[in-house]
Amino acid sequence: MYPAASVILFTTASGVGYGILALAPLLVAYGILPDEDRWLGGALMLPALGLVTVGLLSSTFHLGHPERAWRALSQWKSSWLSREGVMAILSYPPALAYTYAWVFLGSVDGPWVWAGFATVLTAFGTLFTTGMIYRSLKPVPAWATDWTVTGYLTLGPLTGLAVIIAIASGFGLHPVRFQAVTIVFVLAAAIAKNAYWARLQAAWDDHAQNAGAAIASPGNTVRSIEWPHTEANYVLKEMGYGVARKHAEKLRRITRNLLLVAPAIVFCLLPSLLPLPYLIWAVIPGAVLTLAGVAIERWLFFAEAKHVVSLYYGVE
Amino acid sequence: MTCLPDKTTRKLGLVIDLDTCVGCQACVTNCKEWNTGGHMAPLTDTNPYGAEADGVWFNRVHSYEVTTPEGSSRSLHFPRSCLHCEDAACVAVCPTGASYKRTSDGIVLVDEDKCIGCKLCSWACPYGAREYDVFEGVMKKCTLCVDRIYNENLDQEDRVPACVLTCPTGARHYGDLNDPQSDVSRLVRKRGGRDLMPEMGYKPTNKYLPQREKTNVASSVNQSPALAPLDDTSGASGLLGWVDRMLERMD
Amino acid sequence: MHFGAPKENDGVDTSPPVADEVKTTTCYMCACRCGIRVFLKDGQIRYIQGNRDHPVNKGVLCGKGAAGIMNHLSPARLRKPLKRVGPRGSGEFEEIEWEEALTTATTWLGDIRRTDPKKLAFFTGRDQSQSLTGWWAKQFGTPNFAAHGGFCSVNMAAGGLYSIGGSFWEFGEPDWDHARLFLMFGVAEDHDSNPIKIGLGKLKERGAKVIAINPARTGYAAIADDWIGIRPGTDGLLVLALVHELLRAGKIDLEYLLNYTNAGWLVRQTAGDEQDGLFIRGSEGTPLVWDRNRGHAAPHTDAGVHASLSGTHQVDGVSAVPVFQLIADRYTDEAYAPDAAAERCGLSAETIKRLAAEIADAAFNNPLSLPISWTDSKGTRHETMTGRPVAMHAMRGISAHSNGFQTCRALHLLQMLIGAVDTPGSFRYKPPFPKPVPPGPTPAGKGYAPDTPLSGMPLGFPNGPEDLLLEDDGTPIRIDKAFTWENPMSAHGAMHRVIANAAAGDPYPIDTLFLYMANMAWNSSMDIQGTLDALTATDPDTGDYRIPHIIYSDAYVSETIPYADLILPDTTYLERWDCISLLDRPISDAEGAGDAIRQPIVEPDRDVRPFQTVLLDLGARLGLSGFVNEDNSPKFPGGYADYIVNHERAPGVGPLAGWRGEDGQSQGNGSINPDQLERYIENGCFYHGEIPKEARYYKMANQAYLDWAVGMGFLGSADHIVMQLYSEPVQKFRNGARGHGVNQPPDHLRDRVEQACDPLPSWYPTLEDEATDPEAYPLHALTQRPMHHYHSWGSQNAWLRQITSQNRLFVHHETAAMFGVADDDWVWVESRHGRVKGQVKLVDGVNKNTVWTWNAIGKRRGSWGLDKGAPESNQAFLLNHIIPEKLDDGALSNSDPITGQAAWFDLRVRITKAEPDEQGLTEPMFNEVRDPTGDAPRPGKLDYGRSFKTRELAE
Repeated sequence: MYPAASVILFTTASGVGYGILALAPLLVAYGILPDEDRWLGGALMLPALGLVTVGLLSSTFHLGHPERAWRALSQWKSSWLSREGVMAILSYPPALAYTYAWVFLGSVDGPWVWAGFATVLTAFGTLFTTGMIYRSLKPVPAWATDWTVTGYLTLGPLTGLAVIIAIASGFGLHPVRFQAVTIVFVLAAAIAKNAYWARLQAAWDDHAQNAGAAIASPGNTVRSIEWPHTEANYVLKEMGYGVARKHAEKLRRITRNLLLVAPAIVFCLLPSLLPLPYLIWAVIPGAVLTLAGVAIERWLFFAEAKHVVSLYYGVE
Repeated sequence: MTCLPDKTTRKLGLVIDLDTCVGCQACVTNCKEWNTGGHMAPLTDTNPYGAEADGVWFNRVHSYEVTTPEGSSRSLHFPRSCLHCEDAACVAVCPTGASYKRTSDGIVLVDEDKCIGCKLCSWACPYGAREYDVFEGVMKKCTLCVDRIYNENLDQEDRVPACVLTCPTGARHYGDLNDPQSDVSRLVRKRGGRDLMPEMGYKPTNKYLPQREKTNVASSVNQSPALAPLDDTSGASGLLGWVDRMLERMD
Repeated sequence: MHFGAPKENDGVDTSPPVADEVKTTTCYMCACRCGIRVFLKDGQIRYIQGNRDHPVNKGVLCGKGAAGIMNHLSPARLRKPLKRVGPRGSGEFEEIEWEEALTTATTWLGDIRRTDPKKLAFFTGRDQSQSLTGWWAKQFGTPNFAAHGGFCSVNMAAGGLYSIGGSFWEFGEPDWDHARLFLMFGVAEDHDSNPIKIGLGKLKERGAKVIAINPARTGYAAIADDWIGIRPGTDGLLVLALVHELLRAGKIDLEYLLNYTNAGWLVRQTAGDEQDGLFIRGSEGTPLVWDRNRGHAAPHTDAGVHASLSGTHQVDGVSAVPVFQLIADRYTDEAYAPDAAAERCGLSAETIKRLAAEIADAAFNNPLSLPISWTDSKGTRHETMTGRPVAMHAMRGISAHSNGFQTCRALHLLQMLIGAVDTPGSFRYKPPFPKPVPPGPTPAGKGYAPDTPLSGMPLGFPNGPEDLLLEDDGTPIRIDKAFTWENPMSAHGAMHRVIANAAAGDPYPIDTLFLYMANMAWNSSMDIQGTLDALTATDPDTGDYRIPHIIYSDAYVSETIPYADLILPDTTYLERWDCISLLDRPISDAEGAGDAIRQPIVEPDRDVRPFQTVLLDLGARLGLSGFVNEDNSPKFPGGYADYIVNHERAPGVGPLAGWRGEDGQSQGNGSINPDQLERYIENGCFYHGEIPKEARYYKMANQAYLDWAVGMGFLGSADHIVMQLYSEPVQKFRNGARGHGVNQPPDHLRDRVEQACDPLPSWYPTLEDEATDPEAYPLHALTQRPMHHYHSWGSQNAWLRQITSQNRLFVHHETAAMFGVADDDWVWVESRHGRVKGQVKLVDGVNKNTVWTWNAIGKRRGSWGLDKGAPESNQAFLLNHIIPEKLDDGALSNSDPITGQAAWFDLRVRITKAEPDEQGLTEPMFNEVRDPTGDAPRPGKLDYGRSFKTRELAE
């Protein structure tokens, strides 16, 4: 699948944004984040809202008709893409309310807890629906697995957490207080991503082995002799994108190091070893590395995912 | 609208005979010329006279070599277009309702006034049947010539999809696959019509008739693979002796 | 299968208006000439559809035909007459007015005609008006006329006409409705393409068996039940091995041979005399047979004669044997056995034996009998028509070899032996065929003189050495050396030799080369560089071009345009009148005679004129007889349409056969009907005169057919046409080579003529095979025609070029491995003449000793309206670059020694992997020529059809 820059930007940015929205109210509720610090609230919630908004807008960049984007909310009964749009819109009122309470009232107690709860639900809901868009595409065997959804549900919070820790450390909060939750999400993300990768090739091979079925000749081996067109067409440009397995391996390694190993060291290990002033110089780059890692992961997510239409073009 | 109908009154579609298709591209260009002025007009072309020429087409013909497990090889021409699936994922994923399946005849269409050009439908289609028009910003696809098959401005016998109308070898058949008595349904039964990628579960309406079993030269001639000579003397004299006997009999 | 529009309420307009008007005409996207219906909306072409009533295509249309809109709108269309201002080849032209163009041409041509008319060489390419262009040349008085048949089909045409009085290609067809076994030999996809496809569909529907004999498993071969991947140039050997098997098994139709062929005719056995090998003739000149009952010779036409097929007989003291005896002696020899042929053919002997068995089985175990009563030419009434349901068809794969004439004759021999010519289930003639064998008339050209028409048409059929076009000193009369001992039976001329000969002044220099629709500077020539050198060659003393004037007419900017001095821009096929005439190459089928017209569908939006109208204008300006009235005014002021209706070749015979006579009721023969074109238009722009039902088989001897054909003007008499197993005219040339007669070949050609001119079908290795070291060049190389491109025309078509804009070299996996070549590699393809670079695609479906590619996809930069970065000019390649024009002795043409047919498919090559820094770009790369229509950038987008949209978009 063609890794369109706008889609990578969108999913990376909104992943971070929804990650913050999904975790911040929880961290407040568990006392890990102090709701009395209005400035901290602003520093976390406003960028989060900004990122999801940027993400949403950038997702319209690749549309043929952005002015009709509103129509995408109409088919929530059947379309995961529509559900994602609806969920994204639904996330705004509670997130705005929660932000209002934190920043202007300096407290998210009482009824605002419900706003926080709704923010967490809609943020996870948006990540879930995003994952489901891909998970439901049977022609892309790499994606047609629950591990796709798990990936979205863990990587968004993990990158959100990285940003929260970086910002919170600037407000004098020692990262060690996030250690437990970070360990949970690093482990979950590692499991999700490795499980996703572990089945990717086999999932493709299942289909490629029966390429004959694509041309009503099951059981036979098939070799493409001539395409219907000499030059690449839309189908090939959009869905025929492939990255060499050798390069994919390398990029997977980089992704593992940036997205899993770096957070494990920076956010889980170092906080137990170092005092805050030094840690700031670790967690900020650590967050940047994590974000870089997820951007590469997103690129790979597309580039590694082969569409079965490739079989018509002799790609196996 | 984007929800698929539980069932459709008719299932209009194509039956394509892979044993007869010679890969001449007639269906391809006839589709193009009809549809570039038809319901989804225009089927825009990019760099039509330069490098990297590309365009929107609803029908494409591939050529393959196919080898059986026994090792026999043959060539295969394969027309690929929208199969108007019963369980059309391209419709289900559409966030705007632009993609829909008609309840009356099962044709899958795009309402280009509603299409936002998100391309997700093309991702959902395993068959590569949808092609995006970069200039128009909307997805386009085979309409089964919805503007021909019912068109009262055309002669009765012309009310078939352009690809079927033009196919020189008669490899393309059109009809109602819901009606077990229709010609296309009979053909599918007789020739063992197949679904493409049945494992996808999209229940394509269009069927493909597989290539017939290949026969070796003379395999139909009894056991003897070669002709028996007239007699052992062979050569011209044997033949001419036979000729003389035959001529006598003719007199 | 038609349904009423359902109520879906989705806003879809299921009955949009389609056209303001529908006009019929004839397609010209290839040589097939299908009937089309053109839908016009708002003055633009909305849609082109096949005409259901048309006998050729019966409603279907191929990939090219359906893309006609894009040829009609091609950016490569010429817009105005052009005069060359830069050097030849530069593409620098100046636009001029038609008057200047025509005056210039008239001046050049007038000077020639007054002094030495043969200094005009007038050659046409994909011309569909040869009955006009040939007649124009005749009236001008130049013997130097031909169309492109000499490099296309003449082996097949001559091989057929000298054997069965008809031919494959599009002049005959398999009996699609009754054949049970169909053999395709080297059938390409650019002639008769829709009829063949329709026919294959019928065979498939009936479950008939299709066998393809072709080195490459392309298009039609892909759906064959069996594919025999023969080695190129060995089809004749295969066919004669089949003949061997069938003869040895007695699987031949003796009755058919006796009644319809010259099997019983007596051949003189008088070695050493000049009559040796000729037929014994009676007092009236009628060939004799030996009556086996009466024991003496008698004319074969005698009623009740019982011809002997064997033995040696003495006729007036002359020893003679029946033709069949010669056949038996020749082909039962072990030299023709499958075991002897197999290796050379690249097949197993088993395959050949089984193929023979299959033919015998279909022909003799399942004979076909149709309940049609008929009377043969001897007056015998038959209640049924018996057939041998084995149909054969052959095309360029046979024809384009230097042994093609004899291979084609071998195929006809096979057909005749099993009784499979024009019998139910077999090959069928299309009117005006069959014609008497040997065919006529003979070529004209002797006695050419200033200001004098030729005595006959420049092309014809020689009956012996006396008909060769040689000056008294033995030098060729024609510039292309047609009808000389180099190729005595070159019935279609030799267009591929004109340019080189003219530049060399061999046999003489010319003044003007006048070409129409022939891309001789590119894909229609062998040795392209050599051709370009010839076109630009100058006399070192004067600096003048060796070919002083070149006039060229075409509709599009082909690679040849830059090499002409004067360009006469033609229209597209949708802007013109035309006639597809029975005097030329008709569109008949086995059930009827057909011709057709084109009518202008739209007016040209450029300053262009139909070439035929221009030619009539030039004829009138030159005062050619037949082109002017007595007062010297133009005879056809209304242009080509005027000529089509009002020209008479013979009294009552004109370009069109339908609706003749003042009342429009006559067919074939009849006076001029001023409303003839209207009648054609009313009928869909075609005429189809049905053959009477009882006359549709056995046409060579079916009295009802012969009478009908005489009535139509196709035959001079209703005499039985006897098919020729043994060809006497060919023997006459052989006798010349053996030192008999006034007219003999020069010594250096004696052996070649002696060997090639075998009166019985023979097989010999191709001349290139003989000339090439098989170790150095182990592979054969050839081209096939993609079904969606016609020669060089496809690449200017915005739709067709998207399908194929780069050709690959198709190589067998095992062969590639031997040469160290992998899939998608770039390779050099090297012949003894040069090398060309292209990209490989590995396949199974090709003979292992053969590589092939699609024809004419490669284009020169600057031509055909393409950007210079187009793949056609950068990745695509032409095999033509490496096809030698001469045999290795440097003098003789790389052509069939009998007919002069260009031997395109004799090419021998080797392949080597290109170096890493040589990937991605083809070679040789010629410099870009300037596009004379201007250097305007091509559109980045094409949205043809937008204006037809009936539905308004919401936003």
